[in-house]
Amino acid sequence: MPTVSLTVNGNPVHADIDPRTLLVQLLRENLRLTGTRVGCDTSQCGSCVVHMDGKAVKSCTVLTLQAEGTAITTIEGLALGETLHPMQQAFRDNHGLQCGFCTSGMIMTAVDMVRRKGHALDDHTIRRELEGNLCRCTGYHNIVKSIAAGARAMESADPLRRAAE
Amino acid sequence: MSATGVGASVRRMEDFRFITGRGRYTDDIARPGQACAAFVRSPHAHATIDRIETGAAAAMPGVCAVLTGADLAADKLGPLICGWMIHSKDGSPMKMAAHPALALGRVYHAGDPVAVVIADSYAQAHEAAEKVEVTYGELPAVVDPAEAQSTNAPQLHEVAPRNTIFEWHLGDAQATDAALKSAKHVTRLELRNNRLAPNAIEPRAAVAEFDAGNDAFTLWYTTQNPHLARLVLSAFIGIAPEHKLRVIAPDVGGAFGSKIFIYPEEVVCLWAARKTGRPVKWVAERSEAFLSDAHGRDHVTRAEMGLDANGKIVGLRVKTIANLGAYMSTFSSSVPTYLYGTLLSGQYDIPAIYCEVDAVYTNTAPVDAYRGAGRPEATYVVERLMEVSAREMGLDPAELRRRNFIKTFPHQTPVIMAYDCGDYPASLERALELAGYNSLNERKQEAARRGRLRGLGLSTYIEACGIAPSQAVGSLGAGVGLWESAEVRVNPTGTVEVLTGSHSHGQGHETTFAQLVSERLGIPIESIAIVHGDTDKVQFGMGTYGSRSAAVGMSAIAKALDKVEAKAKKVAAHMLEAAEADIVFEDGRFTVAGTDKSAAFGEVALNAYIAHKFSGAHLEPGLKEGSFYDPTNFTFPAGCHVCEVEVDPETGETDIVGWTAVDDFGVIINPMIVEGQVHGGIVQGIGQALMEHVVYDAQGQLVTGSLTDYALPRAEDLPPLIVDTTVTPCPSNPLGIKGCGEAGAIAAPAAVMNAITDAIGTEDLAMPATPQAVWAALARTGRREAA
Repeated sequence: MPTVSLTVNGNPVHADIDPRTLLVQLLRENLRLTGTRVGCDTSQCGSCVVHMDGKAVKSCTVLTLQAEGTAITTIEGLALGETLHPMQQAFRDNHGLQCGFCTSGMIMTAVDMVRRKGHALDDHTIRRELEGNLCRCTGYHNIVKSIAAGARAMESADPLRRAAE
Repeated sequence: MSATGVGASVRRMEDFRFITGRGRYTDDIARPGQACAAFVRSPHAHATIDRIETGAAAAMPGVCAVLTGADLAADKLGPLICGWMIHSKDGSPMKMAAHPALALGRVYHAGDPVAVVIADSYAQAHEAAEKVEVTYGELPAVVDPAEAQSTNAPQLHEVAPRNTIFEWHLGDAQATDAALKSAKHVTRLELRNNRLAPNAIEPRAAVAEFDAGNDAFTLWYTTQNPHLARLVLSAFIGIAPEHKLRVIAPDVGGAFGSKIFIYPEEVVCLWAARKTGRPVKWVAERSEAFLSDAHGRDHVTRAEMGLDANGKIVGLRVKTIANLGAYMSTFSSSVPTYLYGTLLSGQYDIPAIYCEVDAVYTNTAPVDAYRGAGRPEATYVVERLMEVSAREMGLDPAELRRRNFIKTFPHQTPVIMAYDCGDYPASLERALELAGYNSLNERKQEAARRGRLRGLGLSTYIEACGIAPSQAVGSLGAGVGLWESAEVRVNPTGTVEVLTGSHSHGQGHETTFAQLVSERLGIPIESIAIVHGDTDKVQFGMGTYGSRSAAVGMSAIAKALDKVEAKAKKVAAHMLEAAEADIVFEDGRFTVAGTDKSAAFGEVALNAYIAHKFSGAHLEPGLKEGSFYDPTNFTFPAGCHVCEVEVDPETGETDIVGWTAVDDFGVIINPMIVEGQVHGGIVQGIGQALMEHVVYDAQGQLVTGSLTDYALPRAEDLPPLIVDTTVTPCPSNPLGIKGCGEAGAIAAPAAVMNAITDAIGTEDLAMPATPQAVWAALARTGRREAA
């Protein structure tokens, strides 16, 4: 079995894996980081979004071998210790989640959206950028609100947080 | 109102675990020694099973068992059942066909499970499942409910000639015939309510474990009602007696009705766990969910509404064929009957109604309750008729509704329901104001100058929620009572656990239920834990569906809190050396009326447990009370949704440009959470109207078997939603609550279709109104070329 080395949430990971192992399987089954979720089998729902070297990817569509040498961040690695990431806080403050199943992917996508599109996100941009994430509970209304608020909050986040990013 | 009490938009207590990835769903559970299940499913819609060869699969690496329907039958497990008895108009009982958890001799829909492979890993189980060789004898299939009763149609189950499960009716046929004959105007519509796939983002899953030492099972699974599941798995399937079967619903990732039912897969996992001696886990893939989750809707309806010269409705006649699919799912028979026919009076004073419903088997996945369950179908019939009647009679659709609204309560409809309260003009007028109804024509003209067709549609819906008075539903055929239970356990330090039979899978009960307790006991919301979803913790409960958790579940908590307060007053009286009748409880303190002698809730709780201040001869120690609350009536949430659209006549594409919802849910515990429920419901309703459609081809193959083929609403498809409320407190429960979970999905489809048909000037359009369908409808009118 091939060996793969990468970092996940800052921790080095070395694993002997079946070559067909998907990144999401490594995270959920080998590392028991179950916050990254699987909601479909066609890369449509976005519940499995994580960051690979800072960019959002659908971990159901990445082979673990493709992640060799990369730095992966999952929802579990987003908070700084006990301090929530501003985007996590914005989802709670704006009721941007109901059942919580799509939430990890939504938050990881939102953080990447801010990286690419900046802190002043209008509704239209947010809705377009959510093309790859499905939610069946919220009707998206409060997710859009959450992301706009989280994007603004990330701009004024504390220096420690900004340094970490 | 306190910051965490009733009426406050308290941020949700449950959110922390979800936003940090620490929610625990069924697929997150891994048991030591766990094996994985993969199902072999029928590729055919209708076929005999002539032979199953399992040897090659059993020899594959990692495989510990390959099991078939014959093995299941040998172990004498019972079939899955439908728990609501419907009688046909001739008095005969519904024709319920046997539904074994693994097919025996014949398959009835594509995806029907035929065998299961249990192996060390999912990959091994799936690989071995490919090696199970099944020889089928293909049979012709029927998928269209309108064709199922034809003598030429293939017959499914022997017990149901003409594939007919029941021919049910409700109301007064003669009076309705006479009313329609006397009517000045009759509007006639033929409607299809399109078949939907619920698509909770968390797929169904189960983990079953057998403890041989205690002869007991534990089942973790995606259910809205763990106790009901345990009851059915125990009493009907025969897995184990209830006290030897623990059912746990951990975090559940959305449900919308689809996780009420008891499905084959959890039965098989339990059975296989005992046979293999290993915990057995199964998680549906999305494509498997499309094949095997119970679908929703799928009605074919002919409706006629008669009106007098003033636009007053005189009668309504409805004939519906409801597709229940290949087998009768758990509550399938109630959906097109007592959750449908009983709502056909809408918000209107209609003197005569007659409704006939034929339920049919077809070679498609079973159909059961999906968000709204029967009430969206009823609303679609009534609200499309209202809009079309107004157009045909040259009346303003809002004005036609005003002339027909029920204005005095209680109001007995001709179809069982007795509405207890409401103010339908109030929600209509508020919605029209917020939607800018008076300036619609200017907006239409402005859109026309841009080459766009603008239209507006109303939907003044009603629903029956707070399901339901047990005696009433028993008389209508329900196999269970629909009360709810609660237990309030006060700890010696004054913190509180509330055990509820309701189940939260997105609704926020850990917050709203705690708000009620915080307000009633005057303790911080952080001192309260809401416990649900485990049959070993909560004694019994009926679960969450039919917008019942607040109206019924919280009412049970309120009753238990009454008892806690009464008991605590006795303890306080001993502590404060006063008469029990003189103790007043307010803001978390027990005070002797007219004195400054008082004790905090926590002190009284401690004294209830240390029991130093009273004798056991006079008072039992402890502070724990329970309640079973059975409602006296359904609740009747109602409101008005206004949809405004623009259609591009060149492409047929519809943009929803405005949405206004004004709902009356009675007393509201947490406005933020209620708005979220309304948003979600509206968008599922918009999905039904514009894009969602489960399609089978003529051979019964599922064409829309993945999320690339079945369109779910995405953020970009939707407008911002304006949501407001009016309040008439419900007189039928102690909290005045009506329920809010399904309203949006009930109201929305009719509002969208009324808006699009207004825009394009023809009623000849069926859901889903895809660009292609709208373009074709415009082409049929000749108006598209003119545009």
